[in-house]
Amino acid sequence: MSTYFIRRFLWLFPVLFIVALITFVLMHAAPGGPWDRDLSARQVDAGTQKVLNAYYGLDKPLWRQFTAYVFGDVSAKDGKFVCGVICGNLGPSYRVRGSSVQDILFKPPKGKSFEYSRFGYSLRLGLISLAFAIVLGIPAGILAALKQNSWADYLSGFISSIGISVPNFVMAIFLIIIFATGLHWVSVVPKNWDEVKAWVLPAVVLGFGTLAFTARLTRASMLEVLRQDYIRTARAKGLHERVVIWRHMLRNALIPVTTILGPALAGLVTGSFIIETMFSFPGMGRAYVTAISQRDYSMILGTTLLYVLMVSLANLSVDFLYVLIDPRIRLEE
Amino acid sequence: MATGNVNHIASLDATQKKVSRTPAQEAWGRLIRNKVAVLGIILIVSFLLMAIFANVLSPHNPIQLNSGKGFLPPAWVEKAADGKKGEADFLLGTDTLGRDVFSRVLYGSRVSMMVGFAPTFIIIALGTFVGMMAGYYGGRWDNFLMRLTDIMYGFPDLLFFIIALISLRDTVIGQFMNGLFLLFFALALINWVGIARIVRGQVLSLKQKEFVEAARSIGVKDSQIMFRHLLPNVWGPVIVQGSFMIPGMIITEAILGYLGLGLKPTTNPDAFFITSWGSLMLDGQTSINAQPYLLLSPAVCVALIVLSFTFLGDGLRDALDPRMRGSQ
Repeated sequence: MSTYFIRRFLWLFPVLFIVALITFVLMHAAPGGPWDRDLSARQVDAGTQKVLNAYYGLDKPLWRQFTAYVFGDVSAKDGKFVCGVICGNLGPSYRVRGSSVQDILFKPPKGKSFEYSRFGYSLRLGLISLAFAIVLGIPAGILAALKQNSWADYLSGFISSIGISVPNFVMAIFLIIIFATGLHWVSVVPKNWDEVKAWVLPAVVLGFGTLAFTARLTRASMLEVLRQDYIRTARAKGLHERVVIWRHMLRNALIPVTTILGPALAGLVTGSFIIETMFSFPGMGRAYVTAISQRDYSMILGTTLLYVLMVSLANLSVDFLYVLIDPRIRLEE
Repeated sequence: MATGNVNHIASLDATQKKVSRTPAQEAWGRLIRNKVAVLGIILIVSFLLMAIFANVLSPHNPIQLNSGKGFLPPAWVEKAADGKKGEADFLLGTDTLGRDVFSRVLYGSRVSMMVGFAPTFIIIALGTFVGMMAGYYGGRWDNFLMRLTDIMYGFPDLLFFIIALISLRDTVIGQFMNGLFLLFFALALINWVGIARIVRGQVLSLKQKEFVEAARSIGVKDSQIMFRHLLPNVWGPVIVQGSFMIPGMIITEAILGYLGLGLKPTTNPDAFFITSWGSLMLDGQTSINAQPYLLLSPAVCVALIVLSFTFLGDGLRDALDPRMRGSQ
């Protein structure tokens, strides 16, 4: 079993490498360099372009640029070796002069702690919406299964079908129109993210799809367990219904639910950038969208790699968790 | 005694009638008895008609600027935030430049319907072919498919689309069809793998069945076995998966359009694709404080079309494979 996970973990590296390669090739397939379409309309003249290219190592052959990006290369300035992505160095941003990509993503504003960095904001939003989804989704699924075909079941079924099929940005628009422009409970574009109120709409919108999916899966899994022989046995030997539900049903029914945590977390991470942009949330997703509109190649490349790493790690750890908590699963080598 | 006989014969008749229906007919019968699926079909057909006849149905020219009539709220709004009153002539109001939103939404449906259908054919053809080869021959085909899946498992689709569209936008492919061709291509490139994996799984289990063994033992060629015996058996799951894929692609187009990456909105009055729901939402987002209704109409359309395809997908799944009923 441990060899399985070691193999899975090692497989991460070729995947990341190939993703970096695809992204790199695509980025360089674009006509023109990063300088000649500065959206600030100040065109950079040929001489300056040459200097800039030399500074950022863009005058080197493509394969050399790629290895320099991934593994590192000797710096043109002072001849020292500068480590690449494998050391966590995502390179300088082409648009935000003087700061590197990892600075933009991970460095908090002056005098603030890490959770106020762009990454910290996104992480907090993701965790809050995941918590929202689980805390409401699992009880809703359990209730729906225990009281099958009751009004509670139908209500949770109806809400979860909406949550699954309505895309989250459409949901965001509806909620903004109802609660911000209609009822004026929150402002459309919150300015102060230290207020709890400002976080409610983004977190609800982001977590709603996961909530719906969790509720549906919990219900299906509970219904499966309800029909098992060991439940009948537990009831037959006169156990209290509460014990049957908590100890015999939930323990077994919640195991499959953990499998969706990985994809859910990945969805929250990658789904967040459109929601962050809509609410002007100061997180990583909005920085990514800004980088897209500014054609900040190094920033796009770096953030993509970071996203891929996070998604892969989330999937891997959930698979690991699944084996850990369900003793019935034994992976064959 | 006599009546018993009649009943017996009648029931025999009934069973024979049932047998004479093909599986496709039976599936169709189950599908049209499903009210929700029928609702989905009706909505999809109306959106299709809207897309085809957008030029006839739209009350205004979608790119015509009406000066002095910018930011009108929808016709039913008495008094919007900025004090303007809706006009009956502009059913869903106007945008910043005074263009009629209703006409623009109608034209936008063309892009979404094309995005839903055009890549699907490529995806199904390619996915079925590779999946069939991987499942039937295994070996190199299978390795290729599984390694590709591993990579895609780690590369979130949306990120790939964003990167592909940004970098290839200004190349020759990116210019073709106002950027739509590139979008179709990228969507097809990612989504065929899902179909291929389903076909592979089906073929793996089917090729152990007696009818394949029988065919092989009388010397039927491999290509004949694949297309005569295996293909009809994998159609069901492929169609179901395909119908679940379509809403995903429509959402992707809307998100990319919202990020300013999908179709490039045109001011050419002869163009077939004028704007998309995604770019309409982008327009709406920039003026969300002044005029939230601009965002509302394309968002409602996206939600409706996605819901109807989901309904149809659920219906198809229940109709084609009753055993899978209620599963995810």
